Amino acid sequence: MLPEIGQFLLVLSLLLATALTVLPMLGYAKNNQTLMQTARPLSHVLFITIMASFVILVVLFIQQDFSVLYVAENSSLELPLRYRITAAWGAHEGSILMWVTVQALWISAVAKFSRSLSLSQISRVLSVLGFIALGFVAFVLFASNPFETIFPVPIDGNDLNPLLQDFGMIMHPPLLYFGYVGLSVAFSLSVAALIGGEINEQWIRWSRRWTNIAWAFLTMGIILGSWWAYYELGWGGWWFWDPVENASFLPWLAGTALIHVQAVSERKNAFRGWTVLLAIIAFSLCILGTFLVRSGSITSVHSFAADPFRGIFILVLLAIYSGGALVLYTLRANQLKSRDTINLNSRETLMLANSLIFITATFTVLLGTLFPMIFEAVGKKISVGAPYFGLMFFVLMIPMAVLLPLGSQLKWHRDDVMAAIKQLMPYLLVTTVLAVIVWFLFKPLNIRAIAGIYGGLWVFTATVGQWIKRPGRATAGFIGMSVAHIGVAVFLFAMSMTEHKDIEQDILMSPGTTKQVGGYDFTFTGVDRVRQENYQAQQGHVEVRREGRLITTLNPQKRFYPKQQMPMTEAAIYAGWTKDIYVSLGEAVNKEGAWAVRIYIKPLIRWMWFGGILMLTGAIIGLFSARIKRQEDKQRDQVMAQQLNIS
Amino acid sequence: MKKTIISLIPLALLLGLLALLFLNMGYHTEQVPSPLIGKPVPAFELPLLYEEGTLTEQDFLGEPWLLNVWGSWCPNCLYEHPVVTDLAQSGQLKVVGLNWKDEFKNADTWLKRLGNPYHTILVDYKGDVAIDFGVYGAPESFLIDANGIIVHKIVGELTPGNVKDEILPKLAQLQ
Repeated sequence: MLPEIGQFLLVLSLLLATALTVLPMLGYAKNNQTLMQTARPLSHVLFITIMASFVILVVLFIQQDFSVLYVAENSSLELPLRYRITAAWGAHEGSILMWVTVQALWISAVAKFSRSLSLSQISRVLSVLGFIALGFVAFVLFASNPFETIFPVPIDGNDLNPLLQDFGMIMHPPLLYFGYVGLSVAFSLSVAALIGGEINEQWIRWSRRWTNIAWAFLTMGIILGSWWAYYELGWGGWWFWDPVENASFLPWLAGTALIHVQAVSERKNAFRGWTVLLAIIAFSLCILGTFLVRSGSITSVHSFAADPFRGIFILVLLAIYSGGALVLYTLRANQLKSRDTINLNSRETLMLANSLIFITATFTVLLGTLFPMIFEAVGKKISVGAPYFGLMFFVLMIPMAVLLPLGSQLKWHRDDVMAAIKQLMPYLLVTTVLAVIVWFLFKPLNIRAIAGIYGGLWVFTATVGQWIKRPGRATAGFIGMSVAHIGVAVFLFAMSMTEHKDIEQDILMSPGTTKQVGGYDFTFTGVDRVRQENYQAQQGHVEVRREGRLITTLNPQKRFYPKQQMPMTEAAIYAGWTKDIYVSLGEAVNKEGAWAVRIYIKPLIRWMWFGGILMLTGAIIGLFSARIKRQEDKQRDQVMAQQLNIS
Repeated sequence: MKKTIISLIPLALLLGLLALLFLNMGYHTEQVPSPLIGKPVPAFELPLLYEEGTLTEQDFLGEPWLLNVWGSWCPNCLYEHPVVTDLAQSGQLKVVGLNWKDEFKNADTWLKRLGNPYHTILVDYKGDVAIDFGVYGAPESFLIDANGIIVHKIVGELTPGNVKDEILPKLAQLQ
């Protein structure tokens, strides 16, 4: 019964999404208030029906209803309750349903928190959002239905992929989806603006808030993904430039460009077309990311089932949404004239430079991700690995770090670049002194490490210095910006240290032996067997000592999940303030109990993720800007007054 | 005019991207050409599920046969089971099972419950032979001719469709 209700709710959602797409837009075209007023209630009802169907899917998992194909494939009698719940979005069908659910949640939130928009604006925005929901609900129903049943009903399910039985993986997809669909708000606003042929400051200011939230979620999702890969894949890497990772990174890069350009275009009548275009690009990359992950067009370490029909479906969605938006853009871009001229000596110029750097980075990563496909189209197989991305990224992020303090030093509208550079000189001096100290502490360092460390220190000193020297009280906007930029600095510094000063050793250890790595003594005391909920494991014991004092005992595991016949490596990590000690088990080498053991020492790796957390914190602090609130209140009063006049 | 042309660039890039993605679809899907096609079956010596002793690839020479890789843990094997049964019962060719990474108890229960369509069932608990065959995952099927040459390979389930359009025509060509 429940699967049928879930299915029915999805069909209902499809109808509601259709109504949300058609009615308000029709109302806008005919200037019919009643039709436009349907937008908000429809959005809320749509959210309720989709949410209900998602809850039903979770309940089916809790109840272990193996008559549902998707449950049978991704759960089992032995699977612990917490993973049964999260298995609901562990594989394709459920994860797309979750995407739609999150999307509906955003639509409902947009409908609620949009009092500063006029009815004709919000009805267009919600209509476009409804159209996006329509496509994805149709995708769930026709190409990846999680409520499909099977007969005969299996006695037991196939269990959840062990890689996904983990906290990081539980949170990673929802956060990314919040980010992905969050960018659909900026996209919808752009399309709505293009349809109407007008866009104003207040409209961008409104969408900027949504972009910031979406970007913060996306950042958190990427951090969690990286952290997960680090401890779960068992070889100590934190970013692999894998197509699936790039799929989440591309919208992030474009989103970074977008939030900076929005900061300009919400203040003055400039960069209008560019803002609109970036919003379209950012969301298009979200759809492209979904395509790359779900279509199997690109081989990746994240093995998801390949299904050509699904691939085609998403490709069609991409063609409709992005293609439609860009056609509109081509037709209407000229109407979105930016009237204000931009002075070359101003913060605006630097913001433009920022967006150009980030959009170049976006295309660089995109090209690297698609390159293997281009070659395959002409019949060759190649792979573009980390070296390409690492180098390209290095080349692009250096100018970013160099220019960042100049951007925050310059004033809006008009300033003097030479004077600003002069004011930055003391920071440059401090940076150089600090960099020399770091060099003596950690030499030798290669050129890339030096550049990264120097860049990190430079951004850090300048941002802190500018904060101290700022006249008057710091506003939320300024604090948010500074915190995010300190995050950039912390990330750059920690990343350079992690990448270039880590110690990696694969050594053969028999029980009782001690090896010294990086100033620590590692004593291997052997491996025993443990049995847990739904897996068995061989658990190693490694005692870590420094100058004879026991610091910790690490217990890395080699797990085996019988249901999926899959071995898994579970690294044991000692997380310190300045470094991680990371031990994972390789293979048993002989009958006497000797094992290949990987011992890694990763300096500052946690600080790298902490830098990311600072960045997203900055984006959230920026939401509390008093200036924006003041202007929004003013706008809302105007909208209210207009409505009163009409009625 | 110039501005309109510039504003066309993003659209043109998108179209190029769509074309590329479209052309590339299916490259990694079921049409993956197996390097084994046209080559002899990899040498193996495997025990049997229900009988004593072992069989090698030599024991299957003389008539075309289908090697079907399956496991009781594999849901898709469940769906293709009726198709495998129909094919085997039609008597058009010998269907041999390769029980892959399974346990006897589970495999036996599975066959007792659903019926055993196979002429013979080879057992590859460790999965070594499946690696030689280049098996991606279960189910997977290999059509092999009387001389022990692999003629065709189906990655994923056998369906009434691919049996009718791929397996049977290839088999007809052999005879």
